Amino acid sequence: MRTRADRVRAWFLGLWTGVALLYLFIPVFVIAAFSFNDNQGRFNFTWQGFTLRHWENPFADPDLALAMKNSLLIAGISTAIAVVLGTFMALALVRYVFRGRGATDMFVFLPLATPEVVLGASLLGLFLTMAVTTGFTTIVIAHVMFTISYVVVTVKARLEGMDRHIEEAAMDLGATEWTAIRKITLPMIAPGVLAAALLAAAISVDDYVITSFNAGQTTTFPLFIFGATRQGVPPAVNVLATGLLVIILLLLALNVMVQRRLAARDRAAMPSR
Amino acid sequence: MPEVESDVRLEGVTKRFGDHVAVDALDLEIERGAFFAMLGPSGCGKTTTLRMIGGFEEPTSGRVHLGGEDVTDRPPFRRDVNTVFQSYALFPHLTVEKNIAFGLERQKLGKAEVKQRVAEALDMVQLGSFGARRPSELSGGQQQRVALARALVNRPRALLLDEPLGALDLRLRKELQLELKRLQRELGITFVHVTHDQEEAMSMADTIAVMREGRIDQAGSATDLYETPRTEFVASFLGISNFVDGRVIGADGDVASVETHDGAQLRLPAARLDAHGDVRIGVRPEKVQLAEPGGDVPSGWNVLRGQVIVAAFLGVSIQYLIRAAGGEELTVIAPNRDGTAPDVFTVGRDVLLTWNPDFTFVVEKEAPT
Ligand SMILES: Nc1ncnc2c1ncn2[C@@H]1O[C@H](COP(=O)(O)OP(=O)(O)O)[C@@H](O)[C@H]1O
Ligand SMILES: [Mg+2]
Repeated sequence: MRTRADRVRAWFLGLWTGVALLYLFIPVFVIAAFSFNDNQGRFNFTWQGFTLRHWENPFADPDLALAMKNSLLIAGISTAIAVVLGTFMALALVRYVFRGRGATDMFVFLPLATPEVVLGASLLGLFLTMAVTTGFTTIVIAHVMFTISYVVVTVKARLEGMDRHIEEAAMDLGATEWTAIRKITLPMIAPGVLAAALLAAAISVDDYVITSFNAGQTTTFPLFIFGATRQGVPPAVNVLATGLLVIILLLLALNVMVQRRLAARDRAAMPSR
Repeated sequence: MPEVESDVRLEGVTKRFGDHVAVDALDLEIERGAFFAMLGPSGCGKTTTLRMIGGFEEPTSGRVHLGGEDVTDRPPFRRDVNTVFQSYALFPHLTVEKNIAFGLERQKLGKAEVKQRVAEALDMVQLGSFGARRPSELSGGQQQRVALARALVNRPRALLLDEPLGALDLRLRKELQLELKRLQRELGITFVHVTHDQEEAMSMADTIAVMREGRIDQAGSATDLYETPRTEFVASFLGISNFVDGRVIGADGDVASVETHDGAQLRLPAARLDAHGDVRIGVRPEKVQLAEPGGDVPSGWNVLRGQVIVAAFLGVSIQYLIRAAGGEELTVIAPNRDGTAPDVFTVGRDVLLTWNPDFTFVVEKEAPT
C-alpha cells in the first residue's frame, strides 16, 4: 500500500533528480540553443532570435575546419594505435604470468591517476630533451599514451569475466594459441574493445591540457575554442560542438545496446554454478 | 598375440602447485576402448590429472603417453584427445553447428565433409534440429550434448570428461549417464571420466580408479572394488562397510582365521591376507544375516554376537545398527522378504550376526590421524 507520505517522497525525489539533471545539462542546452541564435556582431551570449544560418556552412572558417579535421584525425589514429596495443597488453596481463606483471599492471594504471598537467609537462620535457619538434605527431603520441590506460582497464575487465576454459577448449580442438585468440578470444571480447575505442576517441577529441603542451603549431578543436573565447566565440563552434555531441551520444547509445545484448548471450552460455 | 598399446599411460606423474602436491607419482594405464572412471572426493587431484593428459598442465615430473607416443612436451592442439569441460566451455558467439565444426575446420577438412560430419554428430546426440541456435538458446542438458558432439566429432583417441554431469539435475544426470554409456559402446572410443559420484562411476565404468590425495588407492572393476576393497578409504567411499580388528592366528588351506580382540574367531579366504599379526577385516552390511541366539547357522559361517540398537524400516529393506560384543557398531541391511522382520529383531534384543567367510575382506589399517 502506498501511503500519502510515500507519494510525497516519490514526487520529491523525482523533482530532485530533475533539478540535478538540469544542473548537469544546462550548459549543454545553452551551447546547442545558441547554435540557432541570430546574433549580430562578434559575441554570441545574448539571445537575439532564431536562425539556421550558422548550420548552413559550419566549416566556413578555414581555421576552425582545420582544427576539427585535426581533432578527428588525431582521435582516429591514436584510438587505433591505443586499442591494438592496449588489447594485447590486457591479454598479456590477464592470460600470461611473466616477470614484472604486477609492475606493468600498476604502471598502466598510473596515467589515470596522474594529473594531466604533470603528464603534459613531462611529455613536453621529454620531447624537448630529444629535440623533437612538437606538432601533429607528438599530439598523437601523447594521446596514445594516456588513452591506452583506459583501453587496458576496459578490455581487462571483459577478459577477466570470460571463462578461461573457453580458450582451452579451442586449443583442445586443435587451434594454436594464435588461432584461439583470433577465432575465439577476440570475437568474445569485441564488445569490450569497442567500448574501449569509443571511450578513447571521446577522451582524445576532448582533451585540452595534455594537447596544449605538445601541440606546437598544430591546432585541435578544443585548442581552437579556447583561443576563440578571448575574441568572442563564433557560432560555428556551437554548431560543431552540438554536432559532435549528437554523434557521440548516438555512438554511446549504440554501444550500450550492443553490450546489453552480448551480456545476455554470455550469461546464458554459462551453466548455473 | 600382438601387444596393443594402451591409449593413455601415465608414468610416475607428479604435479606440484607451490608446496602442494596435487598429483603424487601417479602410474596409470588405460586400455584401448575402455570406459575408465577416476573417482575421488573433491580436491584429490582428478581434474589436474585429466588436464595433464589433455595438455593444459605440465607435469612437474613424469611422462604422459598417448597411444604409445610420449606427448609430455606437446601442447593440447597436438594431442589427439578431446575434452568435455565441466562448464562445457561452448563458444557463445558461434552457433551450435559452428561450435561442432570448430575442430574439423582446424584439421582443414573440405566443406562438404565438415558439413556431413557435423550433421552426423548432431544426430548422434539427438540435436538434429538445433544446429542454427546459439548455446545461450539451449538448456543445460542440451549444452552438455553439444559439448559432447563437439569433442566426439573429431574422433579422438580418447575422450576426457571432467564431471560432465555435475551441473545437471538428478533426472537429467541419469538420462545422460545411459546415453554416455551407449555412445561409448557404439563408438568404441576410450572414455576417461572424472567424477566424485560413486554411483555414477559404478554404473558406467569398466574400470574405476579410486583416488585420494593425488594417488590411486585402488583400481579395478566396480565389483572388485565393492566386494574386495583393499583400503578402508575405498571400502567407505563405495558404500557402507563394517570393520572389525583382529589378529591372524593361522591358515587351514584356503581359509585363514582371525581372532578378534574379544575372542571371537572369524574366517576369510587366505589369499586376501598379505599381512601377519594385526589386521582390520570388513564385511558389507547386506552380506550379514541376523539370527536368533541359539538358532541355526550354516556351518563354517562367521558369527558375532550383538545387540540391536536401531532398527529402521526402509520399505525395501530394514537397516539395523547393532553393537557387537566387542563394542563395534555394525550396520546390517536385511531385505524385506516376509514383512515381519522388524517385529522379530526389535531394539534391545540379542542377535547373532552371521555371514559367509567368502564375503570377508581385508583392508589396510589407516594410520591414526
Ligand atoms: N592452478 C592451481 N594452483 C594451485 N593449486 C591448484 C591448482 N589447481 C589445482 N590445485 C590444487 O590441487 C588439488 C587438486 O585439485 P583438482 O585436481 O582440481 O582436484 P579434483 O578435481 O579432484 O577436485 C587441490 O588441492 C587444488 O586446490
Ligand atoms: Mg575437479
